[in-house]
Amino acid sequence: MMKEYHRYTVRKLLFIVICIVVMFLVAGYALTIGSTKIDFFDVYKTIFDHFFNPGVLNPDYDWAIFTIRLPRIMAGMIAGMTLGVAGAAMQSMMKNPLADPYTTGISSGASFGATLALGLGITFAGIGGSLGLVLFAFVFSLIPAAVIILVSSLRSTSAATMILAGIAVMYLFNACTTLIKLGLSDASLSSVFNWSVGDLSGVNWSGCAVMVVFTIVGTLVLMMMSKKLNILITGDKNATALGLDAHKLRIVLLVLISLMAASVVCFTGIIGFIGLVAPHIVRMFLGSDNRYLIPAAAVFGAVLLMVSDLISRVILAPTFLPVGVITSFIGGPIFLYLLVKQRKSVW
Amino acid sequence: MKDLDFGYNPDKLILKGVNYTFEEPEFVCIMGPNGVGKSTLVHCINKILKPSGGCVLINGRDNKEMKLKELASQMGYVPASSEDNFPLTVVDTIMVGLQNDTKFGTSDEDLQKVYDVLKLMSIEHLAMRNFNELSAGQHQKVVLARGIVRMPPMVILDEPTSNLDVRHQLEVTRILSELPRQKNMIIVMISHDINITAKYADRIIMLNGGTIYAVGTPQEVLTKENLRKVYGVDADVIEVNGRPHVILNGAIHEES
Repeated sequence: MMKEYHRYTVRKLLFIVICIVVMFLVAGYALTIGSTKIDFFDVYKTIFDHFFNPGVLNPDYDWAIFTIRLPRIMAGMIAGMTLGVAGAAMQSMMKNPLADPYTTGISSGASFGATLALGLGITFAGIGGSLGLVLFAFVFSLIPAAVIILVSSLRSTSAATMILAGIAVMYLFNACTTLIKLGLSDASLSSVFNWSVGDLSGVNWSGCAVMVVFTIVGTLVLMMMSKKLNILITGDKNATALGLDAHKLRIVLLVLISLMAASVVCFTGIIGFIGLVAPHIVRMFLGSDNRYLIPAAAVFGAVLLMVSDLISRVILAPTFLPVGVITSFIGGPIFLYLLVKQRKSVW
Repeated sequence: MKDLDFGYNPDKLILKGVNYTFEEPEFVCIMGPNGVGKSTLVHCINKILKPSGGCVLINGRDNKEMKLKELASQMGYVPASSEDNFPLTVVDTIMVGLQNDTKFGTSDEDLQKVYDVLKLMSIEHLAMRNFNELSAGQHQKVVLARGIVRMPPMVILDEPTSNLDVRHQLEVTRILSELPRQKNMIIVMISHDINITAKYADRIIMLNGGTIYAVGTPQEVLTKENLRKVYGVDADVIEVNGRPHVILNGAIHEES
């Protein structure tokens, strides 16, 4: 049994390693695409030279890679990681396969914040423009989680109650957003729409840096809590009997996942599907052990979003399609295929 | 348990002044009609519910003062139903019961503990199967294995045989009844099956009206009179292999 279990563990680790290799290969290939043609190997050489051998650097390549392409590709990688991890943790925490990072209403809060900033031009503490938009989306995306925590403090809540509270807040925010949209000009409506379908092109290095901090810290903390998540999926009574306060743990997880998802959504807009589907596809290969599911969902989510972004850039070039559309077009059929083909029962 | 009360509404207590001490390793079955407070009682013991009055003392300490983790190290629990929505392999499912949630990896020591309990339950062959691919009987054995894998001094089981066929009920109850002798554990099981309980229990606690109506060996508790009063049934009790055996006559009286 031990040998078989160790082989099973090695298979899971191998899957993660393969995903990491694929992630860097996709990143490398994505960096070759654009108006300045750069050879696949020149991409890696330019990145190496940029840091370690600036004397022999090709300035055109360096500018195209570091100023134009890499921030977008890094944004895709980090956002995909965050959404994959947050989705996996949210599904385990809520014990619900339909949960995703936006289940508790994060997207509706962020949309409302973005509509206020883009549509009405309201500034946040005097900060307008794209930074104001990011701040508005971030702050408002956390309000639904705050409401759920407030409800939880009034009455001990189950996972189902949290989801229902999230849905209630989501409808409320959606109604407010619709009301504001009714009075907007065509131009403002267009900006609000473009934001709501998700886009990686607007993310710069500062945005990437913020997302990286939330992603690394959040993912590490969730990995440290992965055994607790394994206990939580066995039910609250069992978790309590095993020494876990399921209610408190769920609140801590909610705060963490909300911060992670909010850090992405405020920069990229709403990119759907990754947080729902990436963890499920990984489950089909690795099972539901959160110790491996969380890191695997991170790298698989990154690959899925980077590939989607790549397609969104080339399919109608020079026009870009919103990446959120492509994630659904790619993720949907892959997911359906795997659902039909899989032999093992995953849920 | 000392003068233990519990009620969601203070005017309508489910448990009223329950007093009992589990002292030595034995197989104790809690019986009683539906809604009498059997699950409520065990949930008060392992702090899933907070008692309205009285206290539960574990080795002399009030469980209110004990952290959940500390309490969990003293007792295992097997709930009536398992909610494993995202199934793990059987090994990983049982591993959850080890509570080593601070260590990321899986040590050989942990795997050995899991293997030992799989062997005890005679389900070694299921080790790498997915939990939700098992039959109800296998499923229940895995949940039991998860509850006892740490071999805590006490394990509480809430109707662990309720979904099983007669053969599996007998098998699971026999395994549980042997644990006090084999592993020096107190096993407390809620059960509705009178004859299987009569066959294996060292002691029976019969609840009625939110309190302990009768407690003692199966011979002392499973009497014609007690069955009539508590369950409202007319039954004959005969002796088979030195144990009481209840024959239900089918007549149902007005509930006491």
